[in-house]
Amino acid sequence: MSTPAPEDRPAPQDRLAPEDRKDTMAESAATPAAATTDAKRGPSIATRERRESSINPSGETPYLVVEDLAVKFPTADGLVSAVNGLSYSVPLGRTLAIVGESGSGKSVSSMAVMGLHDRKRTRITGSIRLGGDELVGLPENDLMKIRGDAMAMVFQDPQSSLHPLYTIGNQIVEAYRVHHKVSKDAAKKRALEMLDLVGIPNPQRRFGQYPHEFSGGMRQRAMIAMSLVNDPKLVIADEPTTALDVTVQAQILDLLNNLQKEFGSAIVMITHDLGVVAEMADDVLVMYAGRCVEYGTAEDVLANPRMPYTWGLLESIPTVSAANERLRPIKGLPPSLLDLPAGCSFRPRCPYVDRVKGELCSIELPELMPVDGAGAHTSRCHLHDKASIYAAEVAPRLG
Amino acid sequence: MLYFVARRLVSALSVVLATLIATFALFFVAPTDPAGAICGERNCTQQRYQEIRTNLHLDQPKVQQFAEYTAGIFTGRDFTTAGVTQHCAAPCLGFSFKNDRPVTDMIKTRFPVTLSLVVGYAVLVLTIGVFVGSMAAKRRGTLGDRALMTSTLVISSVPYYIVALMVALYLTVLYPILPRGEWTPPSENPGKWIAGMLTPWLVLGIYNCTAYARYSRGSMVETLSEDFIRTARAKGLSDRVVTYKHALRSGLIPVVTIFGLDVASSLGGAIFTERIFDLPGLGQLVLDSLNNYDLPVIMGTVLVASVLIVVMNLLVDIGYSLIDPRVRLS
Repeated sequence: MSTPAPEDRPAPQDRLAPEDRKDTMAESAATPAAATTDAKRGPSIATRERRESSINPSGETPYLVVEDLAVKFPTADGLVSAVNGLSYSVPLGRTLAIVGESGSGKSVSSMAVMGLHDRKRTRITGSIRLGGDELVGLPENDLMKIRGDAMAMVFQDPQSSLHPLYTIGNQIVEAYRVHHKVSKDAAKKRALEMLDLVGIPNPQRRFGQYPHEFSGGMRQRAMIAMSLVNDPKLVIADEPTTALDVTVQAQILDLLNNLQKEFGSAIVMITHDLGVVAEMADDVLVMYAGRCVEYGTAEDVLANPRMPYTWGLLESIPTVSAANERLRPIKGLPPSLLDLPAGCSFRPRCPYVDRVKGELCSIELPELMPVDGAGAHTSRCHLHDKASIYAAEVAPRLG
Repeated sequence: MLYFVARRLVSALSVVLATLIATFALFFVAPTDPAGAICGERNCTQQRYQEIRTNLHLDQPKVQQFAEYTAGIFTGRDFTTAGVTQHCAAPCLGFSFKNDRPVTDMIKTRFPVTLSLVVGYAVLVLTIGVFVGSMAAKRRGTLGDRALMTSTLVISSVPYYIVALMVALYLTVLYPILPRGEWTPPSENPGKWIAGMLTPWLVLGIYNCTAYARYSRGSMVETLSEDFIRTARAKGLSDRVVTYKHALRSGLIPVVTIFGLDVASSLGGAIFTERIFDLPGLGQLVLDSLNNYDLPVIMGTVLVASVLIVVMNLLVDIGYSLIDPRVRLS
């Protein structure tokens, strides 16, 4: 970060001082009364509940709370701020979709939640609370006990994410026995149960097979079985359908949906596919250049988006009805995280810059503000007539 | 699996056969004169020379000589010189007239020495080499990694025979910290066997560890960045389990290849080590027979070495299939 954006003062390293955080918190604008306290100071339960319920668009008590998360790592070219001031929350039984282009920080932020980042190189500030327990700054040995147990991850490419040299059964049994002191037989029974649950036919035979003997969809089912074997309360799915055949994608999404109903877990779904969002998500968080640019319930964000980047994403989806039209891509490329533009990160690509008075877009980073003054739907944009621009110009193009 | 082994055995046998023909051709068809070599330079009369040729069937067609040699491997054969008949029992790899012994006997007495040396060596390089490599890979880019890798580079940039000679001279003779190299069969006195082999093991093992450390570091660095390692960590496995169970098994695959061939060629004779530490192994035998121009012995050792390489290759392939289920043995 060479250009100091308003939101980034004070320097991220100093954010540990709770008093300094007041104005820097991303959702402080949305919830001015509540978001200023820090979990480390031990706020009263009442305060916490009030704050947490106000963070989440659904109003339910969240299981995962991410507050003002910043992830930075030094590279040969300088310090990369992969995630900046990110805040969101997910209650049990709900699915949050984090949407964004490659390099927008969506995977990095969830790696930070899982604690899978390179601990020596990555600097993480802010707060990640799982069921009320702070994860940031937790020693590796303690985090290890949570990882795979209370929170689990489904990875993008099951082909490379499963160990090629161990049988599927072996890998699931291993995942179970890390967190449960049970005999191999008991673990095997559990693994077979899981394989059956995720819809893998003939689990007995499949148990002893290797990942290369599975088809793509079956591999992802096995991966899901492995992730869910310890009945995690939080499941992070990092583009779980990207590496799969289109016909299989829907099956995997259905499976995740059904399993969520059965296990009641909170799901964070990372995706760049708005189709997946529409199918799966209760809440949507749109990320751009390491920041949240729009956050709300899926209905709000998809039906009444209030940020030109989200409009661009929606417009770039091919539709069947507009078969003869060219796709409308978002012009330009995402900015380098080493050198974010001053003001709004999306400004260089934004077609609506000239509608904002003066040079505001290139001077000041817009705050994450409630779109209708009070609600839980927030967006980060200086445009003040977003609703009318969307209704008049963008919505007709979406067909 | 059985079919695979059978098929590989057939191809292995054809390789051995080809080596057999090649060595035979090299020494008997090429412009060298075995009879002259046996006869010697000083006391060789024309009559004695002819006698040797006849006795060795060197006047027979080459194909017949080859057939007799090959048949000897399976059934044994008799050699007659100066009216004395020497029996060479199967597997007969020829008869050394210089030493007045069948080649097979000579190899049999030498092989246990080399085998002892190589077994100890194999244990050392596999444990220390792979361990150092994995440690370095885990700490990639840190000071420890650089220190380890620089020291392996320093060690391996000095020629092996210099290192071995220096150790032998300084550490076993001038300052006898380490026991001198000496051969005692383990069946006779296991303690003395270990004492006599210790220094050669350490020198050969530690010197070659450096290469193994580098191979395994490279291989482990690659494996540790694989997606399935991230999955293993996401399961909540400890760092140790992730490195030494999940990563090492994949990381070992390339090391196994090198190891197999390395062991095979060392079994053919570790010439420097045996010479410097005075161990009467196959390497010494090769060296002596080259000095004496003892053709049957050279042929025999070359043949044994080639069989060892073929066998080790087969073992490496089988080892592969045990490590990696994707390698289909069919």
